[in-house]
Amino acid sequence: MKHNLVLRFITKYLFPVIALFALYVQFHGDYGPGGGFQAGVILSVAFILYAMVFGMESMEKVLPLGLLRTLASTGVLIYAATGVTTLLMGGNFLDYDILSQLPIQGQHIGIMIIELGVGITVSAVMLIIFYAFTDRRNYD
Amino acid sequence: MIEQNLCLLLVVIPLIAAPVTAMLPAGRTPWFFTLTITWLCFVLSIWQLTIVLDGSTISYELGGWAPPWGIEYHIDALNAFVTLIVSGIAAITLPYALRTVENEIQRRDTSLFYAVFLLCFVGLLGIAQTGDVFNLFVFLEISSLSSYVLIGMGQRRRALTAAYQYLIMGSIGATFLLIGIGLIYAETGTLNMQDLHQRLQPILDHRTVHTGFIFLVVGIALKLALFPLHLWLPNAYKYAPSAISVFLSATATKVAVYVMLRIVFTVFSIDFLKITSTEFIFLMLGAFGVLVASTGAIFHYDIKRILAYSSIAQVSYMVLGMGFASTLGVTATVVHMFNHALMKGALFMAAGAIVLRIGSSKFENIYGIGRQMPWTFAAIFIAGLSLIGIPGTAGFISKWYFMLAALEQQAWLIALVILFGSLLSVVYMWKIFEALFFHRPTNTSPPVSEAPLSLLLPMWTLVLANIYFGINTDLTVSVAETAVRLLGITAYHE
Repeated sequence: MKHNLVLRFITKYLFPVIALFALYVQFHGDYGPGGGFQAGVILSVAFILYAMVFGMESMEKVLPLGLLRTLASTGVLIYAATGVTTLLMGGNFLDYDILSQLPIQGQHIGIMIIELGVGITVSAVMLIIFYAFTDRRNYD
Repeated sequence: MIEQNLCLLLVVIPLIAAPVTAMLPAGRTPWFFTLTITWLCFVLSIWQLTIVLDGSTISYELGGWAPPWGIEYHIDALNAFVTLIVSGIAAITLPYALRTVENEIQRRDTSLFYAVFLLCFVGLLGIAQTGDVFNLFVFLEISSLSSYVLIGMGQRRRALTAAYQYLIMGSIGATFLLIGIGLIYAETGTLNMQDLHQRLQPILDHRTVHTGFIFLVVGIALKLALFPLHLWLPNAYKYAPSAISVFLSATATKVAVYVMLRIVFTVFSIDFLKITSTEFIFLMLGAFGVLVASTGAIFHYDIKRILAYSSIAQVSYMVLGMGFASTLGVTATVVHMFNHALMKGALFMAAGAIVLRIGSSKFENIYGIGRQMPWTFAAIFIAGLSLIGIPGTAGFISKWYFMLAALEQQAWLIALVILFGSLLSVVYMWKIFEALFFHRPTNTSPPVSEAPLSLLLPMWTLVLANIYFGINTDLTVSVAETAVRLLGITAYHE
């Protein structure tokens, strides 16, 4: 799509908007519809759009497959580490109440961190699936 | 602190280890890491069993939400016993996996392979630990999805077909299970097993409850490969990588049998089983399963396939035991879960050792191999005797309890089926013995050496365990009896 100027131009401007919207869905998940899963999908959509317009080669420069795999694992680890933190602080697994002085504040902090982990993993896994379908070289 | 979080750590440790393994560099590091984790879990599961051995229970609230609202881990002797089987088999499979995985899996895939293995391990442990039916469904999906991947990683291209077949059947089973859970949730408004039991008792005659029960039983029957829903199993076990055949054959169906016990006896009740005459269906399907699968095994010329058919037959025995709906019958089921894990684990390990040396498990390629691999052959021989049920081996103990349960109810026909099933297993095991030892070696193949020590040691550990638990039945039978008592099953009376 080298000659499609309009598409390239719009994609460049749409990308930050989509990414910003993903972050909004991510952090507004406490109060409205949304959360890590939806935000992760939206964020990966931004990258998929980028890859469709600019090609897989430039996409791989931004996000190599190895980095995506690490990110996918990191998200799960963030989730589990939150649980282990509450364990170490003397509560039950994933008992957010003790993360702060105020139980309600603790619940906010806990769900925020966990949803962040979910978001990272979901967007990374979506992109890994996208890679697997589009890029046949690594998957002979 | 460790003790009060014990039942949770058993699930969380491998859950954390899985993504860590996926990030490790390929080679032996992921293997060693997985080995450490499985042994750690094995130790923890022994510890857990010693706590609940006296008939007490452990209750753990996830996230600090009290049951029945939150997810509860509710551990009694049965949970702890199944967890011990799963983690014990995993711990013994891992040393065995090193060489076979290097032989069968590409090096760059090793870290992902072990990560998926750990996920499967988490799923099976989670099923055994949780006290919440929806949580159970989630763990069942984790273990199933990862086992599709593991089976698909087999050497042959047909592994993909086998995994796909399993995927379709497994997904149908999981869907049925979910529909069943949905229906009983609609009736009761709860997902906690203990709470479900309380709330289901007054409404056991509702049609929704009956429909939910049917969906649950059919869904689980698909997962445990109960005749006539068993057709996915032979290919899945045949084409899977050797270490995975060992692990899945020794744990996956056993955990499914556990789920059946839990759903039927804890969530519903033994009275419900008798009202709906499900026990009769279990008896019939179990008996037919034993006969059909054992006969099926005789007509195959491939060790792994024969063993897979034999697995279906052995699972049918366990369902048969549940069909007796008596203390003795279900005790036999629980004991056989353990003993079958020992013998099938040893047999699949030996088959995997032959595959490592020959590259095939078909009879035409392995005639007379037993003379060149004497230790492997001896392992097959002893574990085979245990499978048949020769006195002095673990298999005898479970067969003995099945016979006692049948005789107690004067179910002569079923007793005959059990005996005839043993006879059929003599036939198919003898086919293997004959092919491996007495048959003239095919001239074309060059002689092979004995399997390496890293394969023989785990294999012989299981073989010796077969003999040990055939003589000392304190652990298996006493745990089984406690577990059965806690399931609310009473002795048979006229």
